[in-house]
Amino acid sequence: MLGTAIGIAAWGLITGVAMGNSGLPQGLMVLMSLLVFAGSAQLAVLPLMTGGAPVWVVWATALCVNLRFVIFSAGWRPYFGAYPLSERLRLAYFSADLNYVLFMRRFPDPVPAPEQRPYFWGGAVLNWLAWQVPSLLGIVLAERIPVHWGIGFAGTLALLGIAASLLTDRATAVAAVVAGCAAVAAYALPLKLNIVVAIAAAVAMGVLMDQGRQLNQRRAKPAQDAT
Amino acid sequence: MTSWELVIAIVGLTVLTVVTRGFFFLSRREIPFPAWLQQGLRYAPLAALAAVVLPEIVMSQGQLIRTFQDARLYAAAAGLAYFFWRGGILGTILTGMAVLLPLRLGLGW
Repeated sequence: MLGTAIGIAAWGLITGVAMGNSGLPQGLMVLMSLLVFAGSAQLAVLPLMTGGAPVWVVWATALCVNLRFVIFSAGWRPYFGAYPLSERLRLAYFSADLNYVLFMRRFPDPVPAPEQRPYFWGGAVLNWLAWQVPSLLGIVLAERIPVHWGIGFAGTLALLGIAASLLTDRATAVAAVVAGCAAVAAYALPLKLNIVVAIAAAVAMGVLMDQGRQLNQRRAKPAQDAT
Repeated sequence: MTSWELVIAIVGLTVLTVVTRGFFFLSRREIPFPAWLQQGLRYAPLAALAAVVLPEIVMSQGQLIRTFQDARLYAAAAGLAYFFWRGGILGTILTGMAVLLPLRLGLGW
């Protein structure tokens, strides 16, 4: 978890630097970091805010960049659906990408269990701090932090390691290759929609592979019975 | 944008964060969700990671890179090799950055 937190911190820092260098009032950038808590969406709307785009364009852009969370929320539902509304609202706010990835690795079966609540909140609070502290530092010290060194790549490396830890069989490896290639091929799409395309392609491929495997098992069974 | 417009924009963005992240579990109403799709969702976390990571390694300014003189390629390979050898995210980051920084700052790759 320490390594993951460092990766998150690296991305929080470069996001903060980008916000600090945007020319928008520093106090508002601090407010934005603390409230919005969605790095990709923040980076996407920054140029719109500085350029004076209408508010609805800012919101529409963030909505598109956040579409992947809508897919993740379907994954969360079996675990959190029965929690009280006030906690579900808090869960929704704190459930960032990496919380989803790590939680699903820890609890692959979509069945509620008592240890899920502390696991989620421990990870969520750590993730929030690991993101917010460097992000705020980045906003305040923007001009003094040399981003051209490639500090942000530490975040990419953390995600790379986590992705590698999810490669458990051939199906997951195929899904990863499909998603990666789809994301590169669809990179020209606006608003990071290439991520949504890549997830859709990989899930579709995964469903096909699962169905194929079930079909093979069904076909193999009568043959075994005959012998 | 005036300061007030920015505040309204930021508050709206906060609502969007909560609504998109909680889209399918904020309402308790029954949502028809086929079992095969629920099962297929187990590929979503890995897919999202791969979709974020690969362009960060092989693309620059929206284009697929056409050179091998790019520090990110070797840093990613080194990080991945460490991960499969030893495991652990911290070591993966440190190994990758140990390859990235000399190539980038020394050779300008």
